[in-house]
Amino acid sequence: MLAVRSLQLGYGAIVALRGIDLDVGAGELVAVIGANGAGKTTSLKGIAGVLPVRAGSILFDGEDITRMPVHERVRRGMRLVPEGRGIFARLTVAENLDMGAYLRRDAAGVRADLARSYTLFPRLAERRRQLAGTLSGGEQQMLAIARALMGRPRLLLLDEPSMGLAPLVTRLIFDTIRSISAECVSILLIEQNARAALELAARAYVLEGGTVTLAGPSAALLSSDAVRRAYLGE
Amino acid sequence: MPRLPIPAGMSDAAGRSPLAQGALLALATAALLLAPFLVDALLGRAWVRVLDLVMLYTMLALGLNIVVGFAGLLDLGYIAFFAVGAYLYALCASPHFGLHLPFWLLLPAAALVAGLFGMLLGAPTLKLRGDYLAIVTLGFGEIIRIFLNNMNAPFNLTNGPQGITMIRPIEVAGVSMAKAHAIGPLSIPSLYNYYYLFLVLTLLVVFVSARLQHSRVGRAWVAIREDESAARASGVNTRNLKLLAFAMGASFGGIAGSLYASFQGFVSPESFGLMESIMVLCMVVLGGMGHIRGVVLGAALLVTLPEALRYIGPLQRWLFGQVHIEPSDLRLLLFGVALVVVMRWRPAGLWPSAIRHREFAAARATADNAVTGHRTGGSADAGSAP
Repeated sequence: MLAVRSLQLGYGAIVALRGIDLDVGAGELVAVIGANGAGKTTSLKGIAGVLPVRAGSILFDGEDITRMPVHERVRRGMRLVPEGRGIFARLTVAENLDMGAYLRRDAAGVRADLARSYTLFPRLAERRRQLAGTLSGGEQQMLAIARALMGRPRLLLLDEPSMGLAPLVTRLIFDTIRSISAECVSILLIEQNARAALELAARAYVLEGGTVTLAGPSAALLSSDAVRRAYLGE
Repeated sequence: MPRLPIPAGMSDAAGRSPLAQGALLALATAALLLAPFLVDALLGRAWVRVLDLVMLYTMLALGLNIVVGFAGLLDLGYIAFFAVGAYLYALCASPHFGLHLPFWLLLPAAALVAGLFGMLLGAPTLKLRGDYLAIVTLGFGEIIRIFLNNMNAPFNLTNGPQGITMIRPIEVAGVSMAKAHAIGPLSIPSLYNYYYLFLVLTLLVVFVSARLQHSRVGRAWVAIREDESAARASGVNTRNLKLLAFAMGASFGGIAGSLYASFQGFVSPESFGLMESIMVLCMVVLGGMGHIRGVVLGAALLVTLPEALRYIGPLQRWLFGQVHIEPSDLRLLLFGVALVVVMRWRPAGLWPSAIRHREFAAARATADNAVTGHRTGGSADAGSAP
């Protein structure tokens, strides 16, 4: 579904990503772990089209989308839930969810998905008339994910969904990600919380200094000495 | 098509029976139709002219409202599009080039050409936001004015600072707006003709604005205004929609401009300075950005207020027997004070939309809580787990 080949990205004179290869299959849940500054968020920005690509290519369903603007990628079924959530803080919860379905023209389907969002996150249903900016961090993250789902994505790009959240809330968010994945939505998850990410994902990539140093099934990575020492604190 | 839910109080029909609505509509129609007669009888002919100007500025303000109010793009050179429309009409319907193209052709042409100029301004400024965009648009407005001022040599396009005179008045179906007409026992003077023509076009502009606001395009504009990158992430083609906002806003300005040219019979670069842009922006902000009824109110107030302040002279003579302070000196001062007062006590505008009102209330609540040291947002994260 997603195939990234020797992707290079940077900010000005700084090279953040030195050419990485990455694949996400249909319905697969893949994680990217790594320390601060390893290039995790940068790679996701490149894939989503927020940051211009220096070199390399990105294929989505076999189509080259390397230079495609963000909204065209969204139209093709790719959705980014950015770090810091990127919600419309001064619109209500309901209006945020409605904007998520901006590209859709099937009113009945949108209504059904809206109902589903509220079942998935009862918290959002309680606060549907509230301004999104006044929600707690966990609720904002729920809203960001729910809004992305309103567009019926085929590939969901999640950037650090656990950032700044209490452990209990993180668990709730991760449970939701698992159930979204069960509905055959492909997910690329960027996470600093390596253990939680590896327990959730089938496969994972370890990013270090802008390159992929390790890749493979999560179970293998969880038991690898290098990963245990560097990322699991053992 | 899914729509943003409209909060109570924002929709026209909020809690009114169909009968009451019908009565209200009939009343409003009667008031609008009789307005020039009433104003003429009560305040004098000069105020009918003010009424005409209110209509013109309403169109202009509603155009700017699309750019500033709906899409959130601060435009300080908006009067340039008014100028484009006015000069287009002036050049094509005056002895300057000896052209006398008909009104029904020039009005859409003015909308179209001004719209193109809107895109011309929009294209290079797509990546700019906030204050940077404001500076570029300000420059654009001045470029147009200076161009009009200097294009009398080597080829006399605009007749320079002297402006263009003897612009032909509008003729609709052979009826000239500049002459009085008798309908039965009623005599309809020129100012009335213009009033009815402007009224029809203003209602059209109001209608188009309202339809745009509640369309998919309107929702996309709100998204761009609130957060451009989040809008893109929702699949909004921000480039095209920003260009559309500039073009739509500009074309309203162009229409108003062409009407202005024929109404005045004279245009010169002086009428299109920065102060005019600021004035129109004030109408939008003071009335209530993004709220059509608020903007109409803003335009009506800011056109009539300076006229009303002319009475300060006679008032002083009546009170003190002589004029102590020239009304012209006081007008800008009182105008400024009025602006400050409104912005202090009604920061969202005199008649804000429900959304704006809510936003300002939320912002104030946050600020108040920050001062008293309370945390907003209610529950902490740990508490939001079920």
